[in-house]
Amino acid sequence: MIKKNYIIPRSISGILVFLFLCILVFLIVYPLFWILISSFKDYQGIYQDVWGLPDAWHFENYLRAWDRGISQYFVNSVIVTIATLIGVVFVASAASFGIVQIRGRLGNIIFLITMCCMLLSPQVCVLPLFMLLRAFGLNDSYFAMIFPYIAFRLPISIMLIRSFFVGISKELEEAAIIDGASLWKIFTKIYVPLSKPIISTVVIMTVYYAWNEFMFATILVDSSSLRTIPVGLMVFRDGLMTEWGVVMAGMVISCIPLITIYLIMSKSFIRGLTAGSVKG
Amino acid sequence: MLNRKRNFSAFLFCVPALVILAVFVYLPLIENIIFSFQSFTLSSRTRTFVGLANYKNLFTDPIIAQSLINNVLYAVISIVMQVGFGLVLAAVLEDIVFRKTESFFRTIFFIPTLLSMTVVCLLFEFVYNPQMGLLNSFLELIGLEEAAQIWLGNSDLAMMCVIMVSQWQSYGYITMLFIVAIQKIPSDLYEAAIVDGAGKIRRFISITCPMVRQMFFVTMVTTVVGAFTVFNEPYILTGGGPGTATMVLSLHMYQTGFVKNQMGYASTIAMLIFIITAALSSIQFFSFGKEKEGDR
Repeated sequence: MIKKNYIIPRSISGILVFLFLCILVFLIVYPLFWILISSFKDYQGIYQDVWGLPDAWHFENYLRAWDRGISQYFVNSVIVTIATLIGVVFVASAASFGIVQIRGRLGNIIFLITMCCMLLSPQVCVLPLFMLLRAFGLNDSYFAMIFPYIAFRLPISIMLIRSFFVGISKELEEAAIIDGASLWKIFTKIYVPLSKPIISTVVIMTVYYAWNEFMFATILVDSSSLRTIPVGLMVFRDGLMTEWGVVMAGMVISCIPLITIYLIMSKSFIRGLTAGSVKG
Repeated sequence: MLNRKRNFSAFLFCVPALVILAVFVYLPLIENIIFSFQSFTLSSRTRTFVGLANYKNLFTDPIIAQSLINNVLYAVISIVMQVGFGLVLAAVLEDIVFRKTESFFRTIFFIPTLLSMTVVCLLFEFVYNPQMGLLNSFLELIGLEEAAQIWLGNSDLAMMCVIMVSQWQSYGYITMLFIVAIQKIPSDLYEAAIVDGAGKIRRFISITCPMVRQMFFVTMVTTVVGAFTVFNEPYILTGGGPGTATMVLSLHMYQTGFVKNQMGYASTIAMLIFIITAALSSIQFFSFGKEKEGDR
């Protein structure tokens, strides 16, 4: 019994459900579309005609947003994201390799120590972290974000990479040991090249986290020249009271990187963001 | 001997991770425990030991009660809207009727997950804006002017408005998690059920629900933990106001520490958050071990 598949279902209940799904799509797409449209309007255009298309397309809103600070926030976000990414990938894969290689109970203990951090929400650590970073003199540098980001991304990254490493066949490794290869060689020449799929998952998770993180970035960093985009947008809004079009242009700019990555590789993006929960 | 040397060099690979976790996770946690028994300000050089005074404060502080109510409300609504609705939505999308359109729908539903909380909150400031906001304009458009509200300025509605922002952003993500789980269910289970004459609802209750129970559990814990640690939405949208109507635990912690400058008491509030969330996540943590062994 093969039924033909229609785009719109052919039963009453199917049509009702389909309509409902379309309403959900509308509720998501319309506000985003509205932001995009309004980012080309001036204040009058938004205030007097909330729904309409702009009378004149104010492309200069984007230039103004960029000049009024978004450029700096954007660069900061890129720096913090890339540094976090490098830190997480390197430290987490090295640690996973160590955990897999250690014979005996020590490996499991180290793994448990890292896993326990997952029970801890960042909110609990934010006050002492603030004091700590100030004591180290790091509170006004990129490191005030980079180190906590790396620390709080490590547990889940180690969990994912370790479970992948465990599955790597031991034959290559044993051959390498007979040839007298060091652990470092085994790590860089065998484990890392074989682990591209899981490392790309970790990369996506980390980029997503570091680009959007808000709480640490707003509490741990004082100086305005170091703000990342999520925090910068808040300042931007407060500073530009009624220039809504410019604020929305800034919002659109801040979304572009992740949306672009998503559109290019939505499959691996979704896998990256769901992996943490699926593997548990 | 060779084994020990090898173990030692393998241990060296773990050192960077252990150092970072020790300094930036475990040390702050321990410090926080100590701070919670002390009284000090951001600028003070010495800290006074006050024993359990901060903890006693927790019980008499009316904002704590208000925050807890709001956090619980957040959790309940998130469970219904994200876990409950997300599961149904995932099952609907995975139904054969929507095979052609499924990937379109789920791609769209996933988009809000990509946006940063700031963007989502600023967007909803425009939605809730009483003068030109989308919500009031829409009510006007369909002739319900009298239903228009000062959404975020009304202490009865503000919390619901804040909660809805999170639902808008997150239900697509939870739905995606359930879709992943449903796709792992062997299809012969469904085929056998169809042969037995089971309807769609019956199949959902008897096959889908039991088969995704692990994912159900995971999403449940993540949403509840998320609800008890929520910070960004109330911080950006309302700052806890009007009054204390939208105050939640982590926002109260932040304001006590950095605005009222009572770092000791703020650490005690952090301990309250820690106890609640650690208890919730350890349920997940330990039950997982069991499930995994059971699978093999």
